[in-house]
Amino acid sequence: MADAPLKILIVDDEAPARRRLRELLDDCAGAMPLVVVGEAASGNEALALLGSAPADLVLTDIHMPDMDGIELARHLLKLPLPPVLIFTTAYHEHAIAAFEVHAIDYLVKPVRVQRLLAALEKVPRLRPLSETKLDRLPAATRRFLSVTERSRVVLVPIDEVVYLKAELKYITIRTADREFLLEESLTRLEEEFGARFVRVHRNCLVARDAIRGFERRVTADGDAHWEVLLRGVPDALPVSRRQQYIVREIGRDSSS
Amino acid sequence: MRTIISQNRDLLAMPDLRNLGTILRILLAVNAAVFIAAMFVETRWDAVSDLWLNMSALVEPQLLFQLLILYAIAPVLLRLPYRIAATVVMTVTLVVGLAWNTVLATMFNEVTTTVLLRRLIFALLVAAALLYYFALRTKALSPAISEARLQALQARIRPHFLFNSINAVLSLIRSEPRRAEAALEDMADLFRVLMRDNRQLAPLIDEVRLCKQYLDLEKLRLGDRLGIEWHVDNMPRDAQVPPLVLQPLLENAVYHGIEPSSAPGAIAINIFLRRGEVHAILRNPFHSGKRHQGGNKMALANIRERLALHFDAEASLESKVTKDMYEVHIRMPYRTGDGGEAHG
Repeated sequence: MADAPLKILIVDDEAPARRRLRELLDDCAGAMPLVVVGEAASGNEALALLGSAPADLVLTDIHMPDMDGIELARHLLKLPLPPVLIFTTAYHEHAIAAFEVHAIDYLVKPVRVQRLLAALEKVPRLRPLSETKLDRLPAATRRFLSVTERSRVVLVPIDEVVYLKAELKYITIRTADREFLLEESLTRLEEEFGARFVRVHRNCLVARDAIRGFERRVTADGDAHWEVLLRGVPDALPVSRRQQYIVREIGRDSSS
Repeated sequence: MRTIISQNRDLLAMPDLRNLGTILRILLAVNAAVFIAAMFVETRWDAVSDLWLNMSALVEPQLLFQLLILYAIAPVLLRLPYRIAATVVMTVTLVVGLAWNTVLATMFNEVTTTVLLRRLIFALLVAAALLYYFALRTKALSPAISEARLQALQARIRPHFLFNSINAVLSLIRSEPRRAEAALEDMADLFRVLMRDNRQLAPLIDEVRLCKQYLDLEKLRLGDRLGIEWHVDNMPRDAQVPPLVLQPLLENAVYHGIEPSSAPGAIAINIFLRRGEVHAILRNPFHSGKRHQGGNKMALANIRERLALHFDAEASLESKVTKDMYEVHIRMPYRTGDGGEAHG
């Protein structure tokens, strides 16, 4: 096992930065067995690649469009065998202070080959970053939710989510096209995406943009309640008595 | 004692009487002075504005005529020693005052010697007060203080850009050494300008060249994601502009408009001359709610202040956001090499 080469994936949105890392890894290849299994220009690409070509180590830039390195680290944890991750950055951004505090390894670009080699040699002893550790990093809100399907990580852009509904064990993510099952807590999701979603019921968060209106429903036994009408999805979601105030709040916004 | 006096005298300077800001200040000050005079003469409040209008009708032609003469001789005044220049201004005030009152006397036959004397004294007092005000203002703005402010306002490049560019050049050295050489040369030129003393105006063509070198470096990193559209065929190449008036804006455009998106975007630069003014319009894609907020306002404030120090009210910088585009519009007076730089 010890002789199996270290499988590495490079993630950086800038082509020259990827090429530079590849050159440096070639230089390291003489000192330790390694193989670059791929290069990705974005987090999405990285996750797609890892689905078919697993890696032991992901070298990722922190600062990238669409999905930054820290968000990528979170999604990587959904893989059956999460790889070890080392961040790269061109500049000591403020985020870096937190990396130091929590002893998370990172490389400053331009990277020196000795520094890279030292980091690579530590990899077999390292474990993937834990969720709790990632929580302590100053992260921006995620752009995607990730679910595992047939040992692949599927990304659901947060913009496409119509509602999130807590079931017995999972959360159902509803988009215009289909449903996904997510293992996270609704409270945590509300904390992170509070600006985008509104709670209509104890078990349900609805995207504000997706609300078309509200409708009063009277059931057979004479019980009346409000229901949310959604754009693009036929489902009707009940508004709980406690959350009824949102009917007026949002109803007013959409009518004005 | 003598050295102190001579130093003080060195600091005194005539205002540039062709500067729009100076002219506006004079018009405002004279009308304010007339208003105050009207307030003292007339005891009833409701009649003050009528009297003010009447007095203005008398004063305004004299003032405008005098400004016209001063406008004509402004370059000469700037070259003369301060004392002589100040004496010339006072003499012009006196002569124009006398001439205008003579005209009034022949037309309306109402100007007595006492009235004439009072009017002349009023004109001379206002002129002296304004000269004093402009001397103080010059002292406050230049040279020491405005130089220090310009020094402090020297544009700073983002360290992020420096390290990313070095990394990009490193990636070229083995595979494309010639491109690496060109990139290093661009970097050298860019940093030469950044580290130079940038308090003097420089030709627009130099600024545009620098911007092109800067964008070449960014293109190295960002590849096809960075599109650039230059519309500068009709720009006044010899216009004198503050150095680094455009480059920091392009840096912003790349940082806020191109980097936050993985999709390609274009920056458009449009520079042209219209009615004696240089216009520069920069546009870049706008990403609402994406990262990279802040920092932009600082660069804009910095450029705005430098424009004000160089051109006073004759230059402006405006920015606006349309649906998905961000636009900065700079307006500067068209000055060429020999016109010199004015301190208002």
